[in-house]
Amino acid sequence: MRIFLEQMLNGLTIGSFYALIALGYSMVYGVMKLINFAHGDLFTLGSYLGFTLLVWGNAYVTSHVGLAGGMIAAMLIAAIGIGTAGIIVERIAYRPIYPAGRLPAVVSALGVSIFLENIIMVLWGPRYQAYPVNVVPTLRFEIGGIHITLLQIVILIFSFILLAILYYIVQKTTFGAAIRASALDRDTAALMGININTIIFFVFALGPALGGTAGVMVGMYYRQISFTMGWNYGLKAFTATILGGIGNIPGAMVGGLLLGIFEMLGSAYISTAYKDVFVFLILILVLIFRPRGLLGEKVAEKV
Amino acid sequence: MKPNKNIILKNWPIFIVIIILSVSPFRMNNYWIDVFFFFGIYALLGLSLNIVLGEVGLFDLGHMGFMAIGAYTTAILNTHFGIPIIFLMPVSALAAAGFAWLVCSPIIHLRGDYLCIVTIGMGEIVRLTLINNPFGITGGPNGVFGIDFLSFGGPLVIDSSIESYFVIWIVVGLTILALINLQRSRIGRAWNCIREDEIAAESTGIDVRYYKLLAFVLGAGLAGIAGNIYASKLMIVSPESFSFIESCMLFCIVLIGGMGSIPGIIIGSAAVSLFPEIFRAFARYRMLIFGAAMVIMMVFRPGGIWPRKRGSVEFKSLLTKAGEDNV
Repeated sequence: MRIFLEQMLNGLTIGSFYALIALGYSMVYGVMKLINFAHGDLFTLGSYLGFTLLVWGNAYVTSHVGLAGGMIAAMLIAAIGIGTAGIIVERIAYRPIYPAGRLPAVVSALGVSIFLENIIMVLWGPRYQAYPVNVVPTLRFEIGGIHITLLQIVILIFSFILLAILYYIVQKTTFGAAIRASALDRDTAALMGININTIIFFVFALGPALGGTAGVMVGMYYRQISFTMGWNYGLKAFTATILGGIGNIPGAMVGGLLLGIFEMLGSAYISTAYKDVFVFLILILVLIFRPRGLLGEKVAEKV
Repeated sequence: MKPNKNIILKNWPIFIVIIILSVSPFRMNNYWIDVFFFFGIYALLGLSLNIVLGEVGLFDLGHMGFMAIGAYTTAILNTHFGIPIIFLMPVSALAAAGFAWLVCSPIIHLRGDYLCIVTIGMGEIVRLTLINNPFGITGGPNGVFGIDFLSFGGPLVIDSSIESYFVIWIVVGLTILALINLQRSRIGRAWNCIREDEIAAESTGIDVRYYKLLAFVLGAGLAGIAGNIYASKLMIVSPESFSFIESCMLFCIVLIGGMGSIPGIIIGSAAVSLFPEIFRAFARYRMLIFGAAMVIMMVFRPGGIWPRKRGSVEFKSLLTKAGEDNV
């Protein structure tokens, strides 16, 4: 039982990363019907940006605002930076291609992905980079026999705050209703007076911003980052999107958390080597038996 | 009608390409011959993906999985049982095609992006399973090595760069001939009809499910043959050769070249395989340039370099039958 709860906790931590990244895929897919393959690499870029801020800016920032302030600053700057990068990518690589249909946009997205991956390699070098140790003090607590580190608590709190804010924006505000309406039917939403360009701008800024924040958290949690890690996280987060129902924002959150828990329980009880195989098997089974995802509405795709 | 005299004149660019391709290896060093060998492998894979993606419009981002099945079938049967590579070519094709039939049957009803995602998952499952070394036959991350050269019996062993160059390009040539016939056949028309409008295709009596599966099975079979040639040339197969990024590259070959266009696929595979070699002088910037080139390419020519001219063949033949020879 103790192992089960600890694995649940680890799964929840990883799942919160997947959920944050998955939101970017889901929002963009909802509005644009485009799988943004560059999203995984924007996430990596966020991780590297946070790394630079924490390593180079560490001494300066921590002496002025303390450790916690330095960490929040790193996440914030990474979020702003990656949000801007997301908008630039949309302007340069996606916007001119929309009229040509969806397939050229996929190739363009793959091109951006290769470009970003290599620009990270050129700027930071091909080696693994290690996050500093002392970002969050290495403290361990024991609650009812379950070990939990301070780092995990911090990550869980931060990601749940972010998820809650996004949930509030999307589900409770007028602007959120506009996003959901555009995801449902873009043309009709435009006829109803919704400014689609604002929505696209927002979606391409906020999705990558959340991904960039997740990048900093992944760096702090695993302490090791590489320029190729975007593919792996991107693919997993994308699986999470499908699991929850593509284009459905609460679905992406739930899907991400569930995927993290599946992965951890699978590696604890069945086989570590095959944990990724289980992830993809779940994906395929979900698509065969419930293609709209766990929380998705029934949609008839146009041919 | 004087077809025999005109066939060379009409198709002169094709004959020039054939002549250049058959003479050029004698003027190149071994390095470039090998680069052109991989160009051929990419061309074969591009043509095989083109059946699925270009002709029928099914998104397949796990195509390397089929090639992996073919390559590993060849590698395992050759190293464990010593079966000659030449006999394993049809076996690999059948293994890959059978695998495609098995995994695609339950998912063939999925559309668009959903199919795309399932094929990504399938390709990744194949790669991860190979890494995990099931029953100790795939050699884990190291792969299988010590595969024989392709041999036609006796002294005819394909063991030099130039020989394998000719093997791959002859296979590509035969494949192109087969595919041109396929494009003009009832099957090809049914495929294109499904791509343009699936509901209309179904309502005119086309068995959509059957033709979609057929495309996957044929595409996978061709990829299996590519896997066989690849394994015997490199003498080693390892899971990392069949990663998701390679499947993405194949996807790009078809779209950069032009969907459903055979000359387009050849140009697309040239772009993907030769571009990084030509820009080798830029060292670490070359893939950066490559990514940027893909974006620019799609911005300015979203239909691909050589889009397929649609309908012209059919109209021409109709008009010819009507007696208007000079169209």
